[in-house]
Amino acid sequence: MIELLLTDFTIFILAIFVGYEVISKVPVILHTPLMSGTNAIHGIVVVGAMLVANTSEGVFVAVLGFCAVVLGTINVIGGFLVTDRMLQMFASKTPGARRP
Amino acid sequence: MTLPALPPNAIRLAYLVASVLFIVGIKQLSSPKSARNGNLFASVGMLIAVVATLLDRQILSYTTILAGIALGGVIGTVAARRVSMTAMPQMVALFNGSGGGAAAIVSSLEFLRFSRMGADVPPDAGVSILLGALIGAISFTGSIIAFGKLQGIVTERAVTYPLQKPLNLLLFLGILGLSAWLVATGQPNAIVYSWFAAAALLLGVLFVIPIGGGDMPVVISLLNSFTGLATAATGFSLHNYVLIISGTLVGASGTLLTYLMCKAMNRPITNVLFGAFGAVAKAAGPAGASDRAGAMAGKTVRDVTVEDAATMLAYARSVIVIPGYGLAVAQAQHNVRELADLLKVKGVDVKYAIHPVAGRMPGHMNVLLAEANVPYEELYDLDTVNPEFERADVALIIGANDVINPAARNDSQSPIYGMPILDADKARHIIIMKRSMKPGFAGIENELFYDPKAMMLFGDAKDSVTKLVAAVKSL
Repeated sequence: MIELLLTDFTIFILAIFVGYEVISKVPVILHTPLMSGTNAIHGIVVVGAMLVANTSEGVFVAVLGFCAVVLGTINVIGGFLVTDRMLQMFASKTPGARRP
Repeated sequence: MTLPALPPNAIRLAYLVASVLFIVGIKQLSSPKSARNGNLFASVGMLIAVVATLLDRQILSYTTILAGIALGGVIGTVAARRVSMTAMPQMVALFNGSGGGAAAIVSSLEFLRFSRMGADVPPDAGVSILLGALIGAISFTGSIIAFGKLQGIVTERAVTYPLQKPLNLLLFLGILGLSAWLVATGQPNAIVYSWFAAAALLLGVLFVIPIGGGDMPVVISLLNSFTGLATAATGFSLHNYVLIISGTLVGASGTLLTYLMCKAMNRPITNVLFGAFGAVAKAAGPAGASDRAGAMAGKTVRDVTVEDAATMLAYARSVIVIPGYGLAVAQAQHNVRELADLLKVKGVDVKYAIHPVAGRMPGHMNVLLAEANVPYEELYDLDTVNPEFERADVALIIGANDVINPAARNDSQSPIYGMPILDADKARHIIIMKRSMKPGFAGIENELFYDPKAMMLFGDAKDSVTKLVAAVKSL
């Protein structure tokens, strides 16, 4: 059991460093899309929801599990789509693709 | 319905691929050129993780899951497609709240599993379950309040009441007490757990309610990293690496982003969270406000007609437009671009000065102007544009207020003191388009309106800009 916990913990600590390093230099204009994009990524909790939703143990658990899957999916789909909508607007204006 | 089950190691590999795609995705999201690809990478990672999980042999019934994904997918798609660009911050808050809610439910279901089995909860499982539920619940209700504040359902002002901080602290200690009991005894007591969960939900509300609407972006960013951490905690209780990695990634990058946002406003995070913006202004009130009112009493505000303003703009050599949230609410960004195009035809040099916190989230104004096809290279950030104001004939301020308030430079009593501002007051003429003399988000007076060089053009931003366009055309 303790071994499992230690592995989890190792991954956790390393991920902190990765998370910190990966966005060291972000221009202010990208703060909003970045917030929205990372927001979509924690929608990964839907995987957890799927794993606990199946336990087929009574209506109460089923309903809660269903709610968790719905909420997680909203987070994922909504998050990625809204981020893409924002970034789409920058895309055509980047210096490489200047209008004629 | 049954799907072929994947061996556990294949699923782990799929999770690894997903985690890598998330990391690469975030990395690319932080540079303008690759940002859109980054988002795409991350979403592919998500798809891989979800499909792999569907093929996990632990999953016995697909009906609930697929129905949930279908419903959530429809809600998410419709919401993301329909939302206007101005309402983006509150939309992100809602999506974030969904994730927090999901994390809280997953943790709670894990607790219930022990409860049904009648087994003791081992301390490590207990700690990760309680952390996931606590942080997830705070993020859930906190995000809903943040949404309400930006949407105008809940008052934008900081809500304060006597003994607020002691009461919040008491609630927090109560939560800690219940958690300690649950972990120490290991008893899967559903009633104690319910009290714990209810208190956590309440704490989310009380945490956000004393923070003013102007600071909501920072709060949303912080709650974003909270949801990440809650997700990581559920990863601990399910021993699922992709949850730990992605949750922690968002937790860490979200915390850094929150810090960067605070830095852009030149305010420490503690001041944002516990400073109760409105209350600071009030505290400085009796002396400060009356002083300022006195200082402004003798001064008058000068009005300008649309025709005069149009003439000034059309015959200027250079104009700097300062867009603010007022422009966004009035949906005037397209009209502003039309005005700028007209002026450019007349040989006027037009620049847009974008304050880091213009709009309601950092970078929000850039998105709004991009939506109106304003060329990217006409947008200037604070440091680049500030030296230009001295040479500018007209600073055209459209629905901006706090970001041009000289009090941030001069008045050490002001709650926005120290925030970098756009030096609009250095321009030769200042035209301020505003709906009324109402103070901005921070709720403080703006002495720039009383500047002898300043002229006010009152009215709805879209309406006024449309009239300006017509007036410039007829010149």
